[in-house]
Amino acid sequence: MNAAPAATRTTYREALRMALREALARDPRVFLMGEDVGRYGGTYAVSKDLLEEFGEERIRDTPLSESAFVGAGIGAALAGMRPIVEIMTVNFSLLALDQIMNNAATLRHMSGGQFSIPLVIRMATGGGRQLAAQHSHSLEGWYAHIPGLRIVTPATLEDARGMLRTALEDPDPVLMFENALLYNLEGELAADAGAVDIDRAAVRRGGSDVTLITYGGSLGKTLQAAETLAQEGIQAEVIDLRTLRPLDDATIVASVAKTHRAVIVDEGWKSGSLAAEIMARLMEQAFYELDAPVARVCSAEVPVPYAKHLEDAALPQVPAIVEAAKKVVGRRV
Amino acid sequence: MNIDRDLALALLRQMMRIRRFEEKCAELYSAGKIRGFLHLYIGEEAIAAGAMRAFRPDDAILATYREHGHALARGISAGAIMAEMYGKAEGCSRGHGGSMHLFDAGTRFYGGNAIVGGALPLTVGFALADKMQGKPRVTACFFGEGAMAEGEFHESMNLAALWKVPALFLCENNLYAMGTALERSEAKTNLCAKAESDGVRAESVDGMDVVAVMEATQRAADSVRAGAGPMFLEFRTYRFRAHSMFDPELYRSKAEVEHWKQHCPIANFSAALRKQGSLDDAAAARLEQEIEAEIAGAVAFAEAGTLEPVELLTRDVYTPRNAS
Amino acid sequence: MPSLGADMEAGTLVEWQIQPGQEVKRGHVVAVVETQKGAVDVEIWDDGTVEQLIVQPGQKVPVGAVLALLRAPGEAPGAAAPGVTAPATPVPAPAPAPIPAAVAVPPTAAPRVKISPSARRLAAELGVDLATVQPAAADGIITREDIERAAQARKPAAPQPADWHARMRTAIAAAMSKSKREIPHYYLATEIDVTPVMTWLAQENLKRGVSERLLAVVPMMKAVALALHAVPGFNGFWVDGGFKPGAAVHLGMAIAMRGGGLVAPAIHDADSKNLDQLMADLRDLINRVRGGRLKSSEMSDPTVTLTSLGEQGVETVYGVIYPPQVAIIGLGKITERPQAEQGQIVARKMLTATLAADHRASDGHSGALFLAALGRLLQQPEQLSKTTDQKLSQ
Repeated sequence: MNAAPAATRTTYREALRMALREALARDPRVFLMGEDVGRYGGTYAVSKDLLEEFGEERIRDTPLSESAFVGAGIGAALAGMRPIVEIMTVNFSLLALDQIMNNAATLRHMSGGQFSIPLVIRMATGGGRQLAAQHSHSLEGWYAHIPGLRIVTPATLEDARGMLRTALEDPDPVLMFENALLYNLEGELAADAGAVDIDRAAVRRGGSDVTLITYGGSLGKTLQAAETLAQEGIQAEVIDLRTLRPLDDATIVASVAKTHRAVIVDEGWKSGSLAAEIMARLMEQAFYELDAPVARVCSAEVPVPYAKHLEDAALPQVPAIVEAAKKVVGRRV
Repeated sequence: MNIDRDLALALLRQMMRIRRFEEKCAELYSAGKIRGFLHLYIGEEAIAAGAMRAFRPDDAILATYREHGHALARGISAGAIMAEMYGKAEGCSRGHGGSMHLFDAGTRFYGGNAIVGGALPLTVGFALADKMQGKPRVTACFFGEGAMAEGEFHESMNLAALWKVPALFLCENNLYAMGTALERSEAKTNLCAKAESDGVRAESVDGMDVVAVMEATQRAADSVRAGAGPMFLEFRTYRFRAHSMFDPELYRSKAEVEHWKQHCPIANFSAALRKQGSLDDAAAARLEQEIEAEIAGAVAFAEAGTLEPVELLTRDVYTPRNAS
Repeated sequence: MPSLGADMEAGTLVEWQIQPGQEVKRGHVVAVVETQKGAVDVEIWDDGTVEQLIVQPGQKVPVGAVLALLRAPGEAPGAAAPGVTAPATPVPAPAPAPIPAAVAVPPTAAPRVKISPSARRLAAELGVDLATVQPAAADGIITREDIERAAQARKPAAPQPADWHARMRTAIAAAMSKSKREIPHYYLATEIDVTPVMTWLAQENLKRGVSERLLAVVPMMKAVALALHAVPGFNGFWVDGGFKPGAAVHLGMAIAMRGGGLVAPAIHDADSKNLDQLMADLRDLINRVRGGRLKSSEMSDPTVTLTSLGEQGVETVYGVIYPPQVAIIGLGKITERPQAEQGQIVARKMLTATLAADHRASDGHSGALFLAALGRLLQQPEQLSKTTDQKLSQ
């Protein structure tokens, strides 16, 4: 019997590329379009070499027309294709917000259920690279407000690879947010790693003293914080949300029922954030489990500044997560 | 004018169906039966009636919130449209959309879009899919001249031309975007020049002449279907009623409206057919009666319709999946 | 008054463009109405003759109000039908009451207990009175830990018997297992004639009230305690690889617990107490064993253990030593048996006494000596009633 293919050491970026390549090879309806995905190889090199492999019909460079090419993606999906639209970053997605909200999210319900829109939109998101205010947004929590969309935030190589596959098979629009700092993330990936679900959270680390809830680019920092806390005798359970819409209430509530304390780590601005939504759900569903108010670590309410020390102060960091957890557990910092 | 009698009567009937339907909508809206916004097509009937003849059943049609005429001409029943405006479950969008959001998968009628310019990018996508799948279909998008001010218009023209997709952009220039006249919103009012500057072939047509509309659209559709790339047609027209029901029309004079009523497509076409001998009083009366009966039937259908149970409110947000 | 828009609630009639008696056709503009957006032409949807104008110019009426009456063609005058419009929908609701200015909220009364929801529920479950809970945190907010602590502290010094018994059994099980694993037991048995002590006891008990009567085991206890003085190696502990003699004789008395199992708490200084004292101590111990109220010192202090199972009808007891003790003496049932004495068969009250001992601390020779001493002491019961101060003969 042949041995199963071993795991390979690879990156989040390459995992995405593998997923794209498989999708393009497997289904002739799939095509990729976006700015600089072809000749340039993708602004984050995710689609590098795909143009050579699949040609201009399947890998389409678009002009700087977010509204037009996102709308075209919606139309193409309605007409039988399975497009993957790459919006360079979430920052530019605002130019296509009308198409996303008023068409992609809405056409199905508005038409009385006559149409499905099997569209995947991928976007880079997040700050931390000194790119200043207009290039550092984390708006995935905002998009999670809109019914009709599915929002996924892969934080691991398996999820980067597997979620795209599942998203392409979904009959409804899926927005996939890739934190830009994750592209270089290295790890082991099984050669036969396949599709993963896109509606459940994952417990990345078990613990009984406090639940740390997070997603995407903040997962690494949260796990680091959990390590620090362990050294001080606080065992934190870390939940990776994986999907922001729909939220996996059951996993979150089960964890808090065990630990009675929670901290949410969310790179969005605090007010009206996804963290606020999770706090509301914990209030609704786990009120009698809470032994302390739920805490959250979010970005400071400020356009993200350029200077490194200012940007570091604006975004969630490991010490702040540790401090919040300790406070919630009842140990003074 | 030398046009086949049956075709001529069909065109006349189509325009009159639309006219009478719209008049009935105005009456029902005043009586509170139709709610929300209502945008009537009265005066512009020649475009929907004429242009729609150029398309095949498997072509895709997109329109704006002033789309009752297009929906009727495309083949959605008057009853389904009326029931939709009554908010009934028997409406073509199950009562979810109302006047501005008529959809019908069977006739490939994709709305009914209430964001000005919002359907233009969708049109590019539909046409792109047809080209990639090798289907000899055309995607037609009806929109008003007001949409040409939106960035999306130029983005869509450019993308359609760049990728040479089989899309037909049909601009109904009725000179006013709600209350703003064209010359007050566009530095350059030559609409065909705008489309051409984005790389799309363009032609201007008298939108009050149903035959001219039909012939121009047929030529354009054939060309687009043959793979010559997208085309833009401007139909010069005028709406005789206000932008919507709740519009005192402070922005145009009554004299101007009266002037354009002289160009009423129905009146003029009827006159031409009478002159040609294709229409007489008896035939005209019969036509009116048949249409009146059809409209009355549509109203009765809507009145008798049911309301979708509230329990189903969130059912159509996502597509149902098989249990996994 | 027609509905002209989604947010139109009323309109003001500006002017009529018809008069009573005039014929009108469908689509005819009959009036001008002023709305919040401006003046709008109102058309009529029916053919007919104007019968009566009801609303006058300048009047503001809600959507749905009758503006004029129209006579249908062929209808007789006077038969009125609602004119301009007859909306199916009812008149819109009256304007909502004006929103009041912000109201000053009076301060709340007494301060609430600050407690987390989880802690509050736990307190209810455990029956903890929140008034008695002292929060550990400086901010004074009561948490689950505080409730758990309060629930613990609330427990009485002696635990509920059922609880205590269960724990005892667990401890016994552990001790007995260890004993059998680690202690090299050897066993000796001897038959002792207890006729003298039983006769003496009967007479002694005649001098005592019912509540002070001595149980048969009491003189045995004294005899055992004195015998331990006579022969070293059986009263004390095996610790750190060596035998440590006990400073005093704390006699562990094996007493049955309610619900099963034996415990052997200590009667301290059994060798120096008189029989009445021993009886009192024993009675007390038995009561407290039944009630589950032993002190931990009583459990750990015995330097040797005595187990008397005669009441249960057992003739010979093969005991298991309670570590770290080195011996356990067992007394069986007192039975009348035939004994040979000077060539005669007589009936004597006999008892089998056993010694199970730790072979690391003693051997059969000293064991035999011990049992012999015990037997001799029991032949002189009146000596047993004395306290230690009085010397005893070997």
